[in-house]
Amino acid sequence: MADGDANAREEDHEVEGGTEGEAPAIPSDEVAAALVERFPDGVFAESHGQPVVYVPLGEWHDVAAFLRDEQEFTQCVDVTGVDLLVAPSRALPEGVTGERFEVVANFLSHARNRRIRVIAQVPVDDPTIASITDLYPGVNFAERETYDLYGVEFAGHPDLARILMPDDWVGHPLRKDDAPARVPVTFKGDPSPR
Amino acid sequence: MGLESVSHNFLTARVEDLVNWARKSSVWPATFGLACCAIEMMGAGAAHYDLSRWGMEIFRASPRQADLMIVAGRVSQKMAPVLRQVYDQMVEPKWVISMGVCASSGGMFNNYAIVQGVDQVVPVDVYVPGCPPGPETLMHGILTLHTQIQNGEIFKRRAASTGGGAAIEIDQRDGVPSAV
Amino acid sequence: MTTEPKNSVDELVEVDDTDLLERAELDHDPEERRLEAQTDEGAQQLRPLAGESRTKELVLTGGPWPDVDDTMILNMGPQHPSTHGVLRIMMELDGETVLRAKPVIGYLHTGMEKTGEELTYVQGSTNVTRMDYASPLSNELVFSLAVEKLLDLELPERATWIRMLLVELNRMSSHLLFQATNGMDLGAVSMMIYGWREREYTLRLLETITGLRMNHNFIRPGGVAADLPDDWQHDVLELCEQVERGVAEYDTLLSENPIWRERTVGVGVITTQEALALNATGPILRSTGFAWDLRKAQPYLAYDDVDFDVIYTTNGDVFDRYQIRLYEILESIKIVRQCVEHMPGGDYRVQDRKVTPPPRARIDESMEALIHHFKLFTEGFRVPAGETYVAVESPRGEIGCYLVSDGTAKPARLHIRGPSFYNLQSMDAMVPGGMFADAVAVVSSIDPIMGEVDR
Repeated sequence: MADGDANAREEDHEVEGGTEGEAPAIPSDEVAAALVERFPDGVFAESHGQPVVYVPLGEWHDVAAFLRDEQEFTQCVDVTGVDLLVAPSRALPEGVTGERFEVVANFLSHARNRRIRVIAQVPVDDPTIASITDLYPGVNFAERETYDLYGVEFAGHPDLARILMPDDWVGHPLRKDDAPARVPVTFKGDPSPR
Repeated sequence: MGLESVSHNFLTARVEDLVNWARKSSVWPATFGLACCAIEMMGAGAAHYDLSRWGMEIFRASPRQADLMIVAGRVSQKMAPVLRQVYDQMVEPKWVISMGVCASSGGMFNNYAIVQGVDQVVPVDVYVPGCPPGPETLMHGILTLHTQIQNGEIFKRRAASTGGGAAIEIDQRDGVPSAV
Repeated sequence: MTTEPKNSVDELVEVDDTDLLERAELDHDPEERRLEAQTDEGAQQLRPLAGESRTKELVLTGGPWPDVDDTMILNMGPQHPSTHGVLRIMMELDGETVLRAKPVIGYLHTGMEKTGEELTYVQGSTNVTRMDYASPLSNELVFSLAVEKLLDLELPERATWIRMLLVELNRMSSHLLFQATNGMDLGAVSMMIYGWREREYTLRLLETITGLRMNHNFIRPGGVAADLPDDWQHDVLELCEQVERGVAEYDTLLSENPIWRERTVGVGVITTQEALALNATGPILRSTGFAWDLRKAQPYLAYDDVDFDVIYTTNGDVFDRYQIRLYEILESIKIVRQCVEHMPGGDYRVQDRKVTPPPRARIDESMEALIHHFKLFTEGFRVPAGETYVAVESPRGEIGCYLVSDGTAKPARLHIRGPSFYNLQSMDAMVPGGMFADAVAVVSSIDPIMGEVDR
């Protein structure tokens, strides 16, 4: 009953090489290399041994289709957003202009036993990105959550509605300038919020 | 509601004691387990820390058949109206135990999503601290409630307080909750 | 009009609502014929009508029964004993058959990811541990691994093995919780008590090791909070024996039980394609025949140094998921026994004072230790800017932590990929087409923990 063939660590799949620090970095991961070759505006970065590719916003859907159809990435494990409004420093590689929001998708390939991360920069004045639910139905809830908590709209999502907050909630709580992380509590002698 | 409208005198004292004893001996909790505290509440109902010794092992799914609502877990903004609705559906006499720090005060989650204490939504009789309180702590809270029921303190306290609980005004029957 | 006493046992009354108008125009009234055939004894005896059927026709006025296929929308939850927490399911029913089921979540949304941005990395474990509250150590593990990845921290061997021991004990207690609640949801109420009995033993052991029964805050970035207590090997092995006896009992009680099998075999079937498409991981995926377990495929901690099997079945129904979790308890016991045998000596946490606090006794002796302790528990430690995603196998599937740091002592983004959040989507493949009662069985077999669904 044991699964015998997929025992390798993900690090073992990486080809040696790759020079970071000088722009642009040569991908040390073959999937990232194929991705950057197909989408020349994508920028590869290595994050603590994991391959990350920063792709332009407009190519989000095509990148996901490429990964699913040609690179055997069976599952898009997670789609989430990041708000970097107050971040004093960001780990962005050369060639990527940072926006306020980032949408991050982690992909997993069972057959090839590897992962890859794809990040797109989303501007706050037009927070729209393509939905990949037609390729990966399993990110339906995740995209709704990112919309609910960040306000990033996923074009083409079958049911883009709030999922965690009440339906009549105003605002997007996980934004740094929206709901405070600490709320004043109503009791006497309450210390003021830090 | 019967007992509060009776004038308390030495003739009715024994009857009151009997009624209070009967009430405290078979308090049936409603299932209102929300989060981690629910697991410890189920543990309190299980064989090691048996709630059945006080006649409380049957958690009634329907609030109409329940006497006690143990709010076990953090109450989110979306859940607060549901909590109030379940509480309103319960028939008098009813009691509320706020189990855990999240129910009592918002706990460690001092943010936009959690109601900072369920006493903002329902009147609470006993607060049980802990994160989560072990079954023994919950049992201590339940026994405190039993003492309160036996001594009839609750009805005296609620009548003195500004609404809510047993001193429910008539205008609440049309489904519009009163101020508390 | 005389009414005759009916000998209702003998009489068969049939309502024939199809040719109503036609029957109303019949010449003879059956009632009249009955009166004609009466005997001299009056109304005591009722002779059967010669050559006629004994059915009595009732004439209904009005049209035929309207041929409307109305479906019913039923709301299940959020307060309901069978929904494993505050899960609300809106179901469209055609009679007893479920046509559509839509889970509505968010009733336990705690803003934990926002709180995570407010707490330091030292405090992060306390927050994350309350997400999947049935297996809190898995949450702490994935958070700590993510932080250590960003710090490029190398842990001592003993810390790794202690973590593995604790996570496997937690897997056992989580699966025992599943056995208990699954049994109760399907009506085997005594399973609730039996499952909790074994779970109590496990929780007591975890209490001696970590100090708490639940939400332990024990696996922290840098290692674990304290060393194992004296004579822990004896306690752990005793627990293993107790749980094995319990598992054998559940197997005897349920696996061959015809009622149990009737309710679970063939119910809520999902195929591998559906499971992969709907992002299901863990026992749901393994029940379809796809043996994917992160402990084997992408080993972390010391899983490539221990010997265990990945349990998988092929039918993809509720019974299979019950069986998988039952046997995974035994596999966890196997791993735990190997941990007892091979536990290395050494430090239980990394010695880097910028990350882990000094021992309490040192604070009285050394000024530097005092300063480190103060800095760690007020400001916390800074993590260089970066981002990472780490995933481990929790009892529910792949739990991941996506951590973005911006150089300060608090995360810029802490996101936990809760397996139950995605597993709930697989309800779409399992519930429609089945009976309403099966929906309860299916939700129970998904084993969702709403804490990590809503966060």
